Formats: sequence, structure tokens, C-alpha cells
Amino acid sequence: MSTLFDFLDNPNYDLLGAFWMTIKLTFFSAIGSLIWGTILVGMRVSPVPIMRAFGTAYVNIFRNTPLTVIIVFTSLGLSSTLGLNLASSESTTSLEDNAFRLAILGFVAYTATFVCESLRSGINTVPVGQAEAARALGLGFVQVLTLIVLPQAFRSVIAPLANVMIALLKNTTVASIIGVAEASLLMSDMVENESDSLLLVFLLFAAGFVVLVLPLGLLLGWVAKKVEVKR
Amino acid sequence: MSAAVVAAGLALSACGGGGSDAGSGSSGAKNVVAKAKNDKKLTIGIKFDQPGLGQKQADGTYAGFDVDVAKYIAKELGVEESGITWKEAQSAQREDLIKKGEVDFIVATYSITDKRKNEVSFAGPYFIAHQDLLVQADNTDITGPESLTGNKKLCSVKGSTPAQNVKEKYAKEVQLQEVGKYTDCVTSLLNKTVDAMTTDDVILAGYASQQPGKLKLVGKGFTDEKYGVGLKKDDAESITAINNAIKKMQQDGAWKAALEKNVGPSGYKIPEPPAIS
Repeated sequence: MSTLFDFLDNPNYDLLGAFWMTIKLTFFSAIGSLIWGTILVGMRVSPVPIMRAFGTAYVNIFRNTPLTVIIVFTSLGLSSTLGLNLASSESTTSLEDNAFRLAILGFVAYTATFVCESLRSGINTVPVGQAEAARALGLGFVQVLTLIVLPQAFRSVIAPLANVMIALLKNTTVASIIGVAEASLLMSDMVENESDSLLLVFLLFAAGFVVLVLPLGLLLGWVAKKVEVKR
Repeated sequence: MSAAVVAAGLALSACGGGGSDAGSGSSGAKNVVAKAKNDKKLTIGIKFDQPGLGQKQADGTYAGFDVDVAKYIAKELGVEESGITWKEAQSAQREDLIKKGEVDFIVATYSITDKRKNEVSFAGPYFIAHQDLLVQADNTDITGPESLTGNKKLCSVKGSTPAQNVKEKYAKEVQLQEVGKYTDCVTSLLNKTVDAMTTDDVILAGYASQQPGKLKLVGKGFTDEKYGVGLKKDDAESITAINNAIKKMQQDGAWKAALEKNVGPSGYKIPEPPAIS
């Protein structure tokens, strides 16, 4: 058994660090995409035509662009060509920090479209009468949305949102192409060096993702049941 | 005492039997030399995206030093160019392609390492490359790996041996940008987002040849990468035949000519051909 996993003894393989980076990427991207996705859905259902048009255009463009293209664009397009720097260029970890923040930017831009569409389906579950009643009380659009409609919409779409978040967690592997040191970047190191135990390397990383995804799925499934709006 | 000897003998013979069975079972009991002689056809793995070494051209043909070496070996084995099927061999898939028999051999900047020798056999080396640095043509402060100080930014391909070398030896002094493909590094280098890119010198020379006058090789190689021809494990007859082909290529001048044609325009100094081990 010990000889089987000998390849893990190499001190350059920071397995926990790599998966911790995966978790950090997921965490920050999840928060960002929930916020941006909520703003987007507000635009998509708003009474202002230009906002509706922007929301629709944004969702359709980003949802239909491959994530790899978006992530490479943040690095080569935004950072390398247009000179957008999200980290101080003086710091000794500026490349690392810049890649990490660019990756989160890309994930938020992409995942927010799916959050937006999930929420929009949740809004459709809220009876029209509630919005009408709120308007009759004299509430404006933003108040109707934030006080009456969205709280109910959120609670009915926890389960689909959980799927979006699980997909996000797995999507973070794409960040390796711009050099974020997460799990799949370490995996490519190990694939290059440990060509005689490839299958074990793959199984190890698959197991790592199962360990991350299973509890997340169970937890969010439980939350979804708990907060569901009974109608 | 005697029981132990018998047991050891049994274990040995069992090992030998298992090995040869597996060999004949997966390869269909034919080696590369025999296949070339009988079918007049070979499937050869090369890189498709490595300028100067193995690149698929816009018109569908293939060019580069690795391609020329592969053609020469094939010819020595009795296979004309028209009988060669080229197959893309990406770095992570090379051992697999060989083991599954999808290629007869691979000539694709394939460094000979001990770990890989557990999986495949190597003929050659046909070339010894050295990890080097590529910088902007007007750069004067990067003169070698020791000058990678003062928070320099260096680009390489994720998971590659050169990137890991840098991480291990120079991580404190230099920031490493790891990207998906070397062309992304070239873009960053031309944009001045990074100060240098690193990998084997002959690969860098290929990129420098593509951007004449803009990029230059530093020329202080700091590792030895022995490029070999990868083929199925324990195909001794083919290894000898390929080694002979490489020796002949080195002696009749075709080896040097191929290098001059493919990476010469970058100003890359053509080294002496390596001794076959």
C-alpha cells in the first residue's frame, strides 16, 4: 500500500493547498455570481426596456460562450493586452494574485447568467396577485422585487441554485489554464511526472472532488427542503 | 533452504511468462520493424503545434525537425513518406498512445526519463535540448537563470517539466505564470506582461524564428533534456534499427541540415549531434 502511493511523497505536491485553492475560488465566485445574478434578474424583469434589453443580451452572450474562452480572455485579453491589473505589480505574488482575481472575475461573469435564469424561473412561481397587491399598497418596483418577490423566489430555487454551485465548483478546474494553482494544475504536474501511476493520480483527484461536492449537495438539498415555500 | 530457491525460481519464471504474454497480446506479436517491412505503412506521433519541431501547416502538411527525423527513420525502415500516417501526440497522452498501439513510435520533443522508461522504451537520444530563456530582443538584464532576480516574471506551460524546474530552483526570486499553451506565453512576452518565457531551447528557437527580430534566446541552457524516440516497451529489434537510422542521419549531414532549415533562422547555434546511448 505504501509503495502504491509513493508518488505522493514528493514535497512539491501540495495536495491540500491545491484543493484549498479550489474551495477559495468556488467560495468567492459563488458570492460574486449570486450578487451579480440577482442584479441581472432585476434587470430582466424590470419595467425599463433598455435594462431588460441589456439583461437579455448579457445573459445570452455569456451563457453561450464556452467558459474556457471567457477565462482565457480575462488573462490574455483583459490583463495581458488591455493592461487590466487586479494586483499591485510591485508585490512578489502579483502574477498569482492577478490570475486568481481574473479567474474569479471570469467565473462570476459566467455563473451569474445561470443564477439569473434560475432566479427568473423562481420569480415565475410567485403568484402575480402578490406583486399586484404590493403595488396597490404603493410600493415601487425595487421594493416589490426585494421585499415581496425575490425572497419567495430564492426559497423556491435553492435546489437548482445548488446545481449551479456544484457546476461552478467543478468549473474552477478551468482556472488552471491561466495558472491558478488549484487542483487540476497540480494534476497536470503529476500527470507529467508520474506517468507510471496515471490511473491512481486520476482516481485521487476524482475522489477529492467527490469529497467536496457530496457534502455541498447534501447540505443545500437539506436547506432547500427546510426553506421551501408551501403553496 | 531448497524450498526458498525453488520458490524464487518459480516467481522468476512466472514473471517472465507474464511479461512476454502481455507483450505479444497487446501488440499482436509484431514489432515496428516487421510492420514497416510488411505493410509499408507507419503511424507516427508528433506534435502539431510546435513551430520548428512538429507543426501542422495551414495547407495540411507537416514540418519541423521532429517531422524530418521521423521521415528519415521511416525511410530507413523502408516506408516512403506517402506511407506515413501522422498522429497528434500531446504531451500527457504519449505513453498511452504507445501502449495502446495507436502509434508505432513517437518523435515529439519526448524527453527520456526514468519514470517514462517504466512505461515505454526509448531509442536515441536524437537530440539534447537545454532549458533556456526567451526574452524580448532588446532585453539586456536577463543573461541566464541566475539573473532571474528582482521580482522578474517568467512564463511557462502548466504541468511541464521546465515550469517545475523553475518552481523548485528559482521560486523565491521569480514569479511564474503558468498558462495552457506556449503560444499564450509568446503573446504575454510580446505584450511585455512577462519578462521571459522558459522551456527547451530548441522549442524556444522555433518561436523566435516565427517572430524574427522581436525575440531572442538567452543561450544559457541549464538542464539536459534528451529527446528520444518513444516506442513500445522491449521492442529491442526496433530500437536497434531506429538507433542505426539516427546514426546514419547524423553522419550523412541530413541531421544538421534539418536543424538549420527548421530552427536556424532564430540564430540558434546548432549543437554537435548526441551519442546514441
